[in-house]
Amino acid sequence: MQPEARAPITDTLVALRGVRKEFPARRVSPFGARRKVVAVDDVGFEIRAGSTFGLVGESGSGKSTIARMILKLERPDAGEVSFDGRGLWRQTATQEQTYRRTVQAVLQDPYGALSPRLRVKDIIGEPLAAQRADRATIDSAVARLLDTVGLGKDAGNRYPHQFSGGQRQRIAIARALSVEPRLLVLDEPVSALDVSIRAQILMLLREMQERLGLTYLFVGHDLAIVRYVSAVVGVMYFGRMVEIGPADDVLRHPRHPYTQRLVSIASMRQPLGHERLTGELPDPLAPPSGCQFRMRCPFATDRCVAEVPALRESGTQHRVACHYFAEIEAGSKAATGPMP
Amino acid sequence: MLLEVRNLSVAFGSVMRPVQAVSGVDLEIAAGEIVGIAGESGSGKTTLCAALIRALPKAARVSGEIRFDGRSMHALSPRELRELRGREIAMILQNPMTSLDPLFTIGNQLGEVLSTRCDVPAPHLRDREVELLRSVHMTAPEERLRQYPHELSGGMRQRVLIAMASATAPKLLLADEPTTALDATIQEEILVLFREIRDRRGTAIAIVTHDLGVIRRICDRIVIMYAGRIVEEGSVASVFAAPRHPYTRALLASIPVLDGDRVHVQSIAGQVPNLADLGDFCPFADRCPIAVDQCRAQAPPEAAFGDRQRVFCWRAEGIS
Repeated sequence: MQPEARAPITDTLVALRGVRKEFPARRVSPFGARRKVVAVDDVGFEIRAGSTFGLVGESGSGKSTIARMILKLERPDAGEVSFDGRGLWRQTATQEQTYRRTVQAVLQDPYGALSPRLRVKDIIGEPLAAQRADRATIDSAVARLLDTVGLGKDAGNRYPHQFSGGQRQRIAIARALSVEPRLLVLDEPVSALDVSIRAQILMLLREMQERLGLTYLFVGHDLAIVRYVSAVVGVMYFGRMVEIGPADDVLRHPRHPYTQRLVSIASMRQPLGHERLTGELPDPLAPPSGCQFRMRCPFATDRCVAEVPALRESGTQHRVACHYFAEIEAGSKAATGPMP
Repeated sequence: MLLEVRNLSVAFGSVMRPVQAVSGVDLEIAAGEIVGIAGESGSGKTTLCAALIRALPKAARVSGEIRFDGRSMHALSPRELRELRGREIAMILQNPMTSLDPLFTIGNQLGEVLSTRCDVPAPHLRDREVELLRSVHMTAPEERLRQYPHELSGGMRQRVLIAMASATAPKLLLADEPTTALDATIQEEILVLFREIRDRRGTAIAIVTHDLGVIRRICDRIVIMYAGRIVEEGSVASVFAAPRHPYTRALLASIPVLDGDRVHVQSIAGQVPNLADLGDFCPFADRCPIAVDQCRAQAPPEAAFGDRQRVFCWRAEGIS
C-alpha cells in the first residue's frame, strides 16, 4: 500500500466511502450456521466543516452504527471513514490520541451518561484531567463551560441527580466541549427530554455551532427536529442510504417512496389511515434481494426484487436510491407493489 | 357520561410536605370518544391514569370522586373492581415487552384472556384467537399463535396487546404512551388500529402521551396537564388552531414543524416546578411570559370558550 499523501485542505471534515459493517448474530444452536446481520451496507457521505449532517432512520436502520464508526468505536468491515482527509484506521498512536479529543459524543440518555458519584465540576473537568491539565486550568475551564451551556457557577459543586433532564444534557454537552472538539456526534440528544426543554437544547446547539464553528453529526428520528438543525440530511432504511441531499429539499420534496411516507406521516399532510400500510419489515437475518423497501413500497416491481437501486442524482446535490423516482415524481408510475 | 372525574387530587409523601401529583382535576370522557391527555414528565398524567382504575400504590392519598358508567369507583369491592378492570376498562402500557409473559406463546396468552375474561369455551378458543389477531391485521395469525413474544417485533407485540385489550369489548381503553417506543411508520399503523376499535365497538379511548403529534393525529379532544393540574382542555381542532393557555401556546411554539417556512422555535425558559413546593396559585406563573401579580397569589379560575374549550388562566380573557 502506498503511503497516503497529505490530504489537500478542503471543507470536507468527515467522509465515508463504501462503508459496510456486519455483526455476528447469535446462532440458533451450537452446530448451526454462523449468521450475520449487515448493519450498514455500502454507505458514503461527507460532512462539511462547520455544518450539520442529519442522519434519519427508524430503529435498526444503522444510523447509530455509523455514529459509532465515526467515533472510532467500531471498525468498518469494508470501505473507509476519514477525518480531515486521513483514514481513521491509518492513524498513528499520536494521531489517534488527538482524534479522540477532536471528536466528542453527546448521547440520548443524560441520566446514564453522567457518573452519579462525581460532582458536576469533576465530570466536566475529567477529560481535561485525563490530559494532565493542572487544577487551576481545569477550574477556569469548568467555570467557562458552565457559562457556555447556560448553567450557573454553583452547579459545579452539585451532583447529577440534583438536575433535571435538560440540565443534565447541558452538563453532558459541557463535558464534550471541554477538550475543544471540532466534531460533535449527537445521537438523539433531545429524544429523552421533555418537549418544553427540547427547544432550549436545540437552540443551545445551534448557537454553539455558530460561535465555536463546530461540525455536527445529528442522529435523530424526528424529521422536524432534524430539519431544524441540519443543512444536509441522509435517510437510512435497513442499513442503506436511500436518499441524501439538502435538508429543506429532502424533507419538503422527498423523492424516495420511504422518505415520502415518513414525511407524509410527520407533516400530517394526509389524514390518519389514508395510506393503507401493508407489508412486513425486512428480517435482518434474511434480508430481501434487491430494494429493502420493496416489501412495503406501493410502487415496487420485479426489477426492485432483482436489482439493488443505486444512489442516483435527482437534482442539485440530491441523490435517491430508487429505480423509479423520476416516474413517481412525474406521476406516471403505476401502483404495482408491494413485492413480498 | 361514561367517565366522570370530580375534583380529584392525589398526594404522596408526608402530610406536612406532600408531593401533590394531581390537584383538583375535573374530567369527563363520553362513550366512543378518543381523548388525549398531554403533559410532560411530572405533569401527573400517569398518576391520573392509575387513579382512574384505582391502581395507585397504597401510600397515595386520594380525594374526589370517580364515576364510571354510573357507578362510583370507590364504592366497588375488590372483586367488583377486578371484574371491571378486565372486562370494562382495559389498559395498554408503553413497553409491550414487559406486558407480555416471555415464557408463554402468544396463543397461550390470548387464550387465557378469552377463557377467563370472555368465557369462551375451550373448543372455540383457537378460532377466536385467530379471529382476534386478524382484527389487528396480523399476518399469518395461525403461525403467530405458536410464537413467543421475543419472536415478534415491537409493533407486532403492541398489536397483540391491543388484541388482548379489545377482546372483551371494553367500554374504556386506557393507553399510556402506547406508541412512544415505536417507529413512525409503525406508530401510524397502531393509531389506525385504535380508531378502528373505536369505530367498530364504540370503545372510548384515553391516550396519555407527551407527543402532541399523536394527539393531533387521532384524538377528538385534548386535555393538557401541567404540574398535576389541567391547564387547558378542548377539541383538538380548536386547541391546536387557537391555544388559549400561555403554556399550551409556548409548548406548540417550541416544537419545530416540518412543513412550511418556519425554521424558528421558541424555548420555554425555566424548569417544571417541584411538586412538593406548589403554592395555591398558577403553577406556570414562574415561566409565564404574561404573568401578573395575581397569577402568583391565587389559583386561576376556569374560563370557558366555544366548543367546550376550558382554560385555567387569569389572563385568559386577555389572550386570543
